[in-house]
Amino acid sequence: MIAPFKEIYRYLDLPVRSFRRLGRIILLACHDMGNALIMLFSATLYIRTIWTPRTRSRVAVQLYVTGIKSLGVITVVAFFTGMILALQTGLELRRYGQEVNIGTAVTVVMIREMGPFMTGLIIAASVGSAIAAQLGTMAVSEEIAALEVMSINPNRFLVMPRLVALAVMMPILTVYTNILGILGGGIVGSTQLGVAFQAYIDNATRYAENKDLYVGLFKAFVFGIIIATVACYQGLSTTEGAVGVGRATRQTVIISFLMILIIGYMITRLFYI
Amino acid sequence: MITFDKVSKQLGGKTVLNEISFEVPKGETFVIVGLSGAGKSVTLKHLVQLLVPDSGTIRIGDDIISEARGKELERIRRRFGVLFQGAALLQWLTVFENVALPLRELTKMSEKEIEKTVREKLRLLNMEESMNVFPADLSGGMQKRVGLARAIVMDPEIILYDEPTSGLDPVTSRLIDQLIENLRKELGITSVVVTHDLHSALAIGTRIMMIDGGTIVENAAPQDFIKSTNETVQRFLESQYITRRGAWEKGMEHHV
Repeated sequence: MIAPFKEIYRYLDLPVRSFRRLGRIILLACHDMGNALIMLFSATLYIRTIWTPRTRSRVAVQLYVTGIKSLGVITVVAFFTGMILALQTGLELRRYGQEVNIGTAVTVVMIREMGPFMTGLIIAASVGSAIAAQLGTMAVSEEIAALEVMSINPNRFLVMPRLVALAVMMPILTVYTNILGILGGGIVGSTQLGVAFQAYIDNATRYAENKDLYVGLFKAFVFGIIIATVACYQGLSTTEGAVGVGRATRQTVIISFLMILIIGYMITRLFYI
Repeated sequence: MITFDKVSKQLGGKTVLNEISFEVPKGETFVIVGLSGAGKSVTLKHLVQLLVPDSGTIRIGDDIISEARGKELERIRRRFGVLFQGAALLQWLTVFENVALPLRELTKMSEKEIEKTVREKLRLLNMEESMNVFPADLSGGMQKRVGLARAIVMDPEIILYDEPTSGLDPVTSRLIDQLIENLRKELGITSVVVTHDLHSALAIGTRIMMIDGGTIVENAAPQDFIKSTNETVQRFLESQYITRRGAWEKGMEHHV
């Protein structure tokens, strides 16, 4: 082709190539989402085997890893989240002489949104990434293939216990986050804003509704399922050695964060509008 | 026992297997050799449907594994034991738990029976003393022996070995060869071995097949394999200091 035409062709070809690339990304995303949902469905069906002693002990290990081992970081984050919320809203409300209402503000924000949201982010970053790294390492060292060849279904053996642990532990940890966050807010209220702790608690319990708590816990439950699905799928589909494990871990955190934000918004919209 | 019928496979747009056909009779140790990327491991993975062929059929006796799904696939896979290249032991389980895993997950055997069976297999491979050790604390050779114990714990009809001697010192390699040979002689197990190691292939193989670029370039008994006039085979033999003119006699005593 003559040189100037070549340039023009390349210029005209750019949008086509961009669309092709975009199309491929969308197709791959749909393919991955479909496979992840199939994995989730398969693992959910295996929950019926949970009462056998060996499966029970595998689930117990995952409950421990997800719940107890995350308590440290959750304690610190929850406490400071409540403190920051109280301080920010308190300083604003003080301008109107309404600082006594920080109890309601902190409690409603914590149990509706910040509790499940912060817990979800922490668990995605700590437990989710660890699951992806562990399963990813197993995949690249052929341990997953070994399980399949032995007719031990990885969805039953590996995914289901993690799914159950995250779905159960997320709401429990969220309750813990909520309590600590509200307590942290109370301490800031009494020490920095001159709101007596008892007044803070009275105010906090007066206006918060049960619905807020239930919706928050439902969110936490859904986030648990999202984190387990994303982490297990990314881990099990890891290829290309150590680089692949790194990629799976990073993808798990990014996708989980995005899903938590998007699904969190959708649930809020569903229940409050 | 095993029949590959015109099996083709493309991976990433590249033809990895091109209409390959071969048979492995019952009780034989069938060795597949070739350069890296020739299609050896891909062939092995097709045997247990870790990969599905684009075209062609793979039969295990009367079972067509290339078309099997669900419970049927699980049943056919139980006819196999597989020793993976890196042993593929679960790192959070001890040696005993790794070997006991298929028994615990797939059978209704009591703990007492499981312990007896596992001990027996580990004894066969001289690994009974390391029963409570985690895989990370074992050498490569020991891990492979545990992997082999796990592969035989369900008394399979067929064992697949993916590079059983790679990364091992020569003495341990010959020990693994000896174990493979013993399994064939004593238990009549059919084996398919993928290896780069021609010394090992000649020692244990009852038949050797060479793959190059996804096609079979030679499929012969060891004594005929080293006499092959195929250039690719000759180059491969010479690369490991085995020549047509050199004296070579089948027998483990030369290698152990």
